[in-house]
Parts: sequence; structure tokens; C-alpha cells
Amino acid sequence: MSERAPRLIEIADDELILGWRDSEWTGIAPSLEEDVAFSSIAQNEIGHARALYELAAADLGTTADELAFDREPSEYRSAPLVEQRRMDWAHTIARHYLYETADEIRLAALKESDDAEVAGLAAKMDREEQYHRLHARMWADRLRDEPRFREALDELWPFALGVLPPEQRATLAERVDLTETQAVERNGPSDELRALLEEMTIVRRSVPGAAW
Amino acid sequence: MVTADAVWEALAEIPDPEIPTISLVDLGVIKDVAVEDGSVRIEFTPTFLGCPALEVMRDAMAAKVRELGAEPEVRVVLDDSWSTDKITPAGREKLRASGFAPPAPRSAGAPALVQLDTSAFRCPYCSSTNTRLENIFGPTPCRSLRYCQDCRQPFEQFKTI
Repeated sequence: MSERAPRLIEIADDELILGWRDSEWTGIAPSLEEDVAFSSIAQNEIGHARALYELAAADLGTTADELAFDREPSEYRSAPLVEQRRMDWAHTIARHYLYETADEIRLAALKESDDAEVAGLAAKMDREEQYHRLHARMWADRLRDEPRFREALDELWPFALGVLPPEQRATLAERVDLTETQAVERNGPSDELRALLEEMTIVRRSVPGAAW
Repeated sequence: MVTADAVWEALAEIPDPEIPTISLVDLGVIKDVAVEDGSVRIEFTPTFLGCPALEVMRDAMAAKVRELGAEPEVRVVLDDSWSTDKITPAGREKLRASGFAPPAPRSAGAPALVQLDTSAFRCPYCSSTNTRLENIFGPTPCRSLRYCQDCRQPFEQFKTI
């Protein structure tokens, strides 16, 4: 068992599940601009998941697709933050802002890794993520004084802390100007994740081994 | 016996699947070509990791190498070695000629919204710099949408990464 694989899979799971959630806005976002933005962000996140799974898969003698689609729900390590499905714009922007800020901290640490493959991939991901952060901050600034947005931020804050390992949480609190509290940790699949996996893998399960 | 130069020439004929006016060589995504005993190893860097054209490009490169009578091995390099600064001058000109504003040079720092909002970006149709950002995101991960306030033409800007 590779030492780095579990951590790579954990981050890949976050990116895959959030990418799926973001893609749920395709066609129904509040404006055409946001329809395009969330679809493009989703595509990037799923691309990051694929690259991370590929690195882990090479260590584990499997494939990125098998890691992404063929595991049991209990084997997914995604953070509860990304599993939630609300389809509410204030909630979506609050999650986007918190997640992208957390991801920036996580990537900064990975870029310093002694493992050249991990550091190189993190640097590439980080360059793409710069555009996600611009987008998230622009929206967070715009909604800053909206009560619904503030409520969503407060509600999601313990979940956002759970995205990061404990040693990186103080930095997140500082960046988003919220007080560190008890985090909601990665703790097995939520019902929302089970439903997502059911939908995401239905084609693969119905026609095993299909080539596209 | 196939040579590295012959492989580079063949690869220069492969269009980018999403922006066909520019070739993979113009795009700067081919990092290395090594020829050994009738097999050709190509190192290739994706533009964006989520680019759906990745597999199409990989298959097209493998097919070109087979046409030259050699066995291909295309390795996708998942590191930070590609940036939009790798697009060749010829590639930038081809982008402009087909209505895409080429990427701005990559600066040391992260891009800021205030930069994207400045009028430093030139309209590929009328060359005016009186343009504004419409959307950071566009039809593919590598493009943003801008609007020219002089000739009133929307256009696509290749993102700087």
C-alpha cells in the first residue's frame, strides 16, 4: 500500500464530488454567465480528480476510473461539505468560497511536498484554481451583506474546517475571518453521497466495461 | 529509420481538437520526443487537467507515429511545466487571426480581477483595447469571454495560466 495514495484519493474524492455538485447548476444557474462558470469549474474539478486518481492508481495497480466509480460508498473519503445538495444560490456561493479558500491552503502545502510528482501536480492544479478563487471572491464580495449568504457561511463553517487536516485549520479561520470551532470530520458516506453515487455510476454499472 | 525531426514535423500537422487553427506544436504541449530502436516516446503536457480533448490528442499523436512506421509511447506529464507562455509566436498569431485573443504573458503573481478588468486586452477583430471582461469562464476551460466596446464584437480570450 502506497503511503501517499489515501491522501491523494481523499482530495480526489473532494474534487470529484464537488465537481458533480457544481455541474448540477448546468442549465439552471441564475444567469447564463454563471451557467457557463459553474460548468467550467465543474470540468476543472473533475479533471483534477482524474489526475489525482491516476497518480494513486499507478501506486495501487488500478485505474483512475475504477477508483472514481467502482468503490463502495463506504470507501469514499470526501468531506461532508462537498456532499451536501441544496441547490440554493447563497449556499452554493458560501460553499464555493469556503472550499476554494481551503483548497488554496491545501495546495500550498502540497506544492512544498518532497514528492516531486505530488508537488508538480499541485502546482498545475493551483494555477487553474486561481480563476476559481477570483470567481468565488467576486461573488463573496457581492453577497457579503446579504443575510442569506451570512447564514449559509455560518452553517457551513464547521463543514469547511473538516476539509483540511487539523494543522491547516487556523489558517483557514484567519483567511475567511471566522472563529475556529468543532469541525465536521470526514466520517463515512452521507445519504446525499449515496444518492449521488447511485446516479453517477448508473451507466457504468448497467454496461460494465463499455468503451466510449 | 524515423528521426525525431520527422516526428516533430508530423506532430505539427495535428490540429488542436477544440481550436483547430493551431497545432499541438504551436500550442507548446509537446515537451519531448525521444526515438530509440524504432519506438518513439512523446512527453505531452495537458493545457488544463480537465481538458476533454486530452485523449483525442493522445490518440492522434499515436496514429501519426504509427504512420511513420514506429511504435508510439505517449506519456502524459501531470506537472507544472506547461504554461500559456509556451505557445509559440506563430501559434499566437494563428489564434489572433481566427478571432481568439492570445494569452497575456504570465506574470510572477496570481492573476487579479482588477487586471482582468483593465483594458490591456486587445480585440482580435479591430485591435482596440477598449474591451471588458464578460466572464472569467468560457466554452472551454482555457478561454474567457470579453467584449469589444468599440466594434461591439464579443470575443474569446485565451486564459493566462
